[in-house]
Amino acid sequence: MKEFKYVITDELGLHARPAGQLVKAASGYTSDVKLTVNGTTVDAKRIMGVMRLAAKKGHEMTVTCSGVDEEKAASELEAFVKANL
Amino acid sequence: MLKGIGRPAYSGIAIGRAYVYHKQQSQLPASCGDSVKEQQKFDEARQVAREQLEELFTKTKEEIGQEQAMIIDVQMMMLDDLDYLESVADMIQNGCGAAKAAQDSGDIFSSAFAAMDDEYMKARAVDVKDISTRLVKILCGEQNGLTMEEPGILVAEDLTPSETVQLPKDKILAFVTRQGSSNSHTAILARIMNIPSLVQTKLDLDADIDGKMMVVDGFNGVCYVDPDEETLSEMRKKQQQATEERRQLEAYRGKPSITKKGRKINLFANIGNPQDVQTALDGDAEGIGLLRSEFLYLGRDTAPTEEELFEAYRTVVEGMQGRRVVIRTLDIGADKQVDYFGLDKEDNPALGYRGIRICLEQDEIFRPQMRAIYRAAVYGKVSVMFPMITSVWEVQKIKEFCAKIREELAAEGIAYGETELGIMVETPAAAVISRELAKEVDFFSVGTNDLTQYTLAIDRQNAKLDRFYDAHHPAVLALMSLIAKSAQEAGIWCGICGELGADAALTEEFIKMGYDELSVSPGRILELRKKICECEVEPQ
Repeated sequence: MKEFKYVITDELGLHARPAGQLVKAASGYTSDVKLTVNGTTVDAKRIMGVMRLAAKKGHEMTVTCSGVDEEKAASELEAFVKANL
Repeated sequence: MLKGIGRPAYSGIAIGRAYVYHKQQSQLPASCGDSVKEQQKFDEARQVAREQLEELFTKTKEEIGQEQAMIIDVQMMMLDDLDYLESVADMIQNGCGAAKAAQDSGDIFSSAFAAMDDEYMKARAVDVKDISTRLVKILCGEQNGLTMEEPGILVAEDLTPSETVQLPKDKILAFVTRQGSSNSHTAILARIMNIPSLVQTKLDLDADIDGKMMVVDGFNGVCYVDPDEETLSEMRKKQQQATEERRQLEAYRGKPSITKKGRKINLFANIGNPQDVQTALDGDAEGIGLLRSEFLYLGRDTAPTEEELFEAYRTVVEGMQGRRVVIRTLDIGADKQVDYFGLDKEDNPALGYRGIRICLEQDEIFRPQMRAIYRAAVYGKVSVMFPMITSVWEVQKIKEFCAKIREELAAEGIAYGETELGIMVETPAAAVISRELAKEVDFFSVGTNDLTQYTLAIDRQNAKLDRFYDAHHPAVLALMSLIAKSAQEAGIWCGICGELGADAALTEEFIKMGYDELSVSPGRILELRKKICECEVEPQ
């Protein structure tokens, strides 16, 4: 299992479009990808769940990847959230 | 006769057959008993829904714009959402019919969104519902949209964006919705289509009104179903009068706006987005006196890029075919929902961090906008004006900034055009120092709404203050006279782009004060041209 934390700096937070991008990115891995914000954990491959987190600027998100490509998923997703959120 | 009272979204009289738009009429078919088959039906429906949405996405992008199209894009993603799909599959497994599973799952998710403490997310509830309704319609063999055999009045609870796009627009005489605000999709569409419409109408939709004769009075915010003879003839008369007035005004189409003694006035239109260009041309506007920039920034998740801004401005400039277009730079503050600017909540947004104050502080907002405007100026006559000015130094800073932008563009080898630089005079401070400001700019445009609000210290939104509010307050008129005088002394033109500019009772006085331009909503142009042509004011 690989895990990283990231504090959202995007003014928007995790609104529809960035949420969609994240879901699309996460769906590219065979590993399970979970997203935890404010104590709620959702499947990062599902848009409704991710949007319902209503994560805002300043919130800390924890991304957990577990599966065969967890190393790759965690490092690439970390780069992705840094660039987009 | 049944009477309904609503809020007028657009004036006019419409008389015709009522078409009631029901979102979901039919009883949903029960499961055929085989959950595998039901699941298969659902999967096929989802494929059809995806194709429909893809088509709708393209159509919306072309006809309405990128911003509305993004809503459809989010809907497409929701259609693929595993939470939603699993919920549907579970229900089907448990003996539910495909259509009922789609609808109930949609309801569960949409109520979860509706309960969230976030306005933006709350609004997504409609999107989820829109998808499940679409699936249900496909599964029940119903066509999306509405067929109208003859022109008529569309009555609905409310209309979603994807519904409004698919309406047979050439057949609709009026809209009546039970919900919706003056800014709802339907209201906006009504204004673009120039048809009378009511929102928030108290009318019983259960009463069997479909197919009955109906009258909509968009002047008074009333509608009648099965009107009695007296009401009908009264409304027919009112409709004729309105048509007759319009017809008489048609005589002024294509004519110059010039007083009896030969003083020429520029009669321009206020518009809010590129789609309004056609409305402005139909209204016979001699130019655009106020192109608001807010439409480019509102209702989206990220700031528009320079290219997007450029394309939007260029569309307007080209659309106006050589007539002048006055672009106002972004006038936004804490009272408008632009989350991505990260503006702090303010106790008093009207006096806060807004308009040019934001632009002067935040280069990253101002730069792409000014570059886009200069680039669009290649395609026609463009003027640019800056809102919320209070001091001379602000104008000097802006001019330095603009000079820098021109140098940058030149250095990068990007074509740009010349523009007039002007300011909105909408603060009492700017009015009082208008003599100094006039030396710095090419024109003034008076924003009377804010000027009045700031001068009288009265918030127009507060109905309790109506008694204290006087649109023709001598203090405001004295400031307006001073502004015009300052402009004349400096040899620059001055205009009015606020609501007062369309006040026919003041037209003659404004021309006497020395105003050269009036910018009003497109539908008022001909009426004001008639007024100008009847004025006796001498040329200067």
